[in-house]
Amino acid sequence: MQYLKATTFLIAAAFAGHAFAQEAGGRLDIVVQPEPPGLMLGLVQNGPTQLVAGDIYEGLLRYTTDLEPEPGLAESWEISEDGLTYTFHLHEGVKWHDGEPFTAEDVVFSADVFLRETHARLRASLAYVDTITAPDDLTVVFKLKEPFGPFISVFEVGTMPMIPKHIYEGTDYATNEMNATPIGTGPFKFEAWEKGSYIHLVKNEDYYVDGLPYLDEVYYRVIPDAASRAVAFETGEVDVLPGGSVENWDVARLTEMDGVCSTGSGWEFFAPLAWMWLNNREGPTSDVRFRQAIMYAMDREFVRDVVWNGFGKIPTGPVASATNFYSDDVTQYDYDPDKAKALLEEMGYDGETVRVLPLPYGETWQRWAEAVRQNLSEVGINVEIDSTDVAGWNEKTSQWDYDMAFTYLYQYGDPALGVSRNYTADRIQKGSPWNNVEGYENPGLDAKWAAAATMTDAAERQAAYDEIQKEIVDDVPVAWLLELEFPTIYRCNVHDLVTTGIGLNDGIRNAWIEQ
Amino acid sequence: MAVLAPILGRLVKALITLLAIAVLNFFLIHAAPGDPAVVLAGEAGAADEQMIAQLRERFGLDQPFHVQLGSYVWNIVRLDFGYSFRQGAPVLDLILERLPATLILTLTAFVISLTLGIALGVAASARVGKASDSVLTTLALLFYATPLYWAALMAVLVFSVELGWLPGFGYETVGAGYSGLARIWDVIKHLILPASTLGLFFMAVYMRMTRASMLEVAQMDFVKTARAKGLSGPVIRRRHILRNAILPVVTLAGLQAGQLVGGAVLTETVFAWPGIGRLMFESLAARDYNTILGVFLVSAAMVIVFNILTDLVYRLVDPRIGARA
Repeated sequence: MQYLKATTFLIAAAFAGHAFAQEAGGRLDIVVQPEPPGLMLGLVQNGPTQLVAGDIYEGLLRYTTDLEPEPGLAESWEISEDGLTYTFHLHEGVKWHDGEPFTAEDVVFSADVFLRETHARLRASLAYVDTITAPDDLTVVFKLKEPFGPFISVFEVGTMPMIPKHIYEGTDYATNEMNATPIGTGPFKFEAWEKGSYIHLVKNEDYYVDGLPYLDEVYYRVIPDAASRAVAFETGEVDVLPGGSVENWDVARLTEMDGVCSTGSGWEFFAPLAWMWLNNREGPTSDVRFRQAIMYAMDREFVRDVVWNGFGKIPTGPVASATNFYSDDVTQYDYDPDKAKALLEEMGYDGETVRVLPLPYGETWQRWAEAVRQNLSEVGINVEIDSTDVAGWNEKTSQWDYDMAFTYLYQYGDPALGVSRNYTADRIQKGSPWNNVEGYENPGLDAKWAAAATMTDAAERQAAYDEIQKEIVDDVPVAWLLELEFPTIYRCNVHDLVTTGIGLNDGIRNAWIEQ
Repeated sequence: MAVLAPILGRLVKALITLLAIAVLNFFLIHAAPGDPAVVLAGEAGAADEQMIAQLRERFGLDQPFHVQLGSYVWNIVRLDFGYSFRQGAPVLDLILERLPATLILTLTAFVISLTLGIALGVAASARVGKASDSVLTTLALLFYATPLYWAALMAVLVFSVELGWLPGFGYETVGAGYSGLARIWDVIKHLILPASTLGLFFMAVYMRMTRASMLEVAQMDFVKTARAKGLSGPVIRRRHILRNAILPVVTLAGLQAGQLVGGAVLTETVFAWPGIGRLMFESLAARDYNTILGVFLVSAAMVIVFNILTDLVYRLVDPRIGARA
């Protein structure tokens, strides 16, 4: 994990000469898995696209590991007293990769026109926005209809990427030919994409921050087999394994190699939380006592230590501990099979079989489902594992055809952005796997979620979310399993790879290689 | 004309078969749970009704099933493979992009397995019952029984990780900027491991089949006659036995040749070889209907073409076949 024997001497020698000075130049090879379907971040927002396109496109703001906003394309910003007006002052002299100037008009086009049409997650936040205007080339003003507490958190590159107006205005976005050669303002430019092999990005020589980026080029390498990806890192083919690109048992092995470092940082903004949707509509899972019994029956620490090789944290409820407004003042569900059995007896569980739908994302998730089945059968619950592929999983969950289904979701820094969408009744919509799939209905809490979203005072919001968390944890609408940690594995001579709470997805403009 | 008439008949039948396959594929792929819109929405990590509806409309999935089927068949008839909405490119381009890498891999494996398989089979049959025959047949059995996935990973571990002799991934050194001979040499180095792994299985099959067939034909009367004429052993083996023993091998080679364009999913996956097999597999997982159907159709067409070619080769090897038809 740390600098080990073999490299200690070399590194010490290097430090003696350079004393931590960042070195420009070099090439970095990073695994991307699976191959992204496209790189136009305004149209495609899946994980691999964000990883690569985060170097090409940029947002107005970036966020520290403590989720504090910091300058991106916007140099500074002000929020009015009433929380209704957000004014951004843009960086001067920013150019698109094709040489055109980046102006406030591009921001208005991106947020108000392009992304409103294409970006489902941002659209939910834009519902609070009344107008977006550009009083001059370097100033943008967002005026809200009503206050929206988490609004300052929606300016990250994956949520609100800046799209070039001169290329997309008036065109059919999805079939625009420029989608194949994306144009952004970011530290790296798109150079080539050999489908099935690699995506090649090169340094943006005209980047608006002097001296950045340090790297000359970045190759995102497509290696479809998990075992092969681990081998590719071992043989030095690739330098960086982003979180989740190798199986967990390989993580332990690879991080013990000489000259290999790892970090769990860079996921604070996303705070991926894993849980099982429990179908609240029918079957045994519609009984709150059954759902509580599941929480007591599961040995979540065992899964964390064995299936996840010690990575991750046991959650206390719907809000991950890295997310703003987290509270642990809630009922704790420790591993207690006897309590689970008592609850099952009290409800008169008749042994009806429940189907568990694992997440088809590889071995780890399959093993996790098996561990849960084992735990549940120990307290007398009959479980049947219902395996399928990714498309089948999407179909079953979005059509509510399951009893218990594994999933994990990002929280985007704020409960009103990434948490409430899974628990309020207005988000019970068939056809999407990312809303209130479990069918939990609690009108009293719905009102509290809504009220908390429009508060502007942080202390007030904290109090509101404390109350919500306390109440919802007793209802167990879903079975919270683990705050996932996806360590990024890299060679120790690569520095400043992860510098924000958005991690590798934020563009690696600060990364440099010690020669 | 005598040769062409039956071929023309076969071609007409082939076209009808192809159309039937296309329709069947269409039904099969739509029978799988989920559709491209659901997968894309799922990957985005957020979705609302507007997004799903937009996607379905764009993909033509909002049309009734028979309309979708009708327009698909009509496009096929006009040789239009459609557009991959997921990858934002025409399906034909996607397939052609992967074709060179696929053909290099599968053709090399084909040639290696066929030549080595026949040569070793002939050698083994000439030494039947001796130690060298036992060694060869045991090896063939081993190669035949080894799962491809395991053999591939082991090959990487031994020759790439431990010994460092050969590159384990991709089809060329990424970003090395080689050209001319240096590039060809680079591709060959990358080709050795995947092509030999892929070729091993078929080599074993050809070898076993050649050996068995050679031994069988060797018992026949005309071989005795040839021997009685005083011909030497090698001449008998080459001109009399092999020529008659090769037919079943040709049949099998025809089958393997039919799969050349379909690629080799496992080998391509382990060696990160950018071939058509992976394109198909990934499109299947993403329910990228047009792309899967395109790959299926091209593969089916290839199987049919090679079946016809195999028949022609039969006639060359054994003129009696042509005379009978």
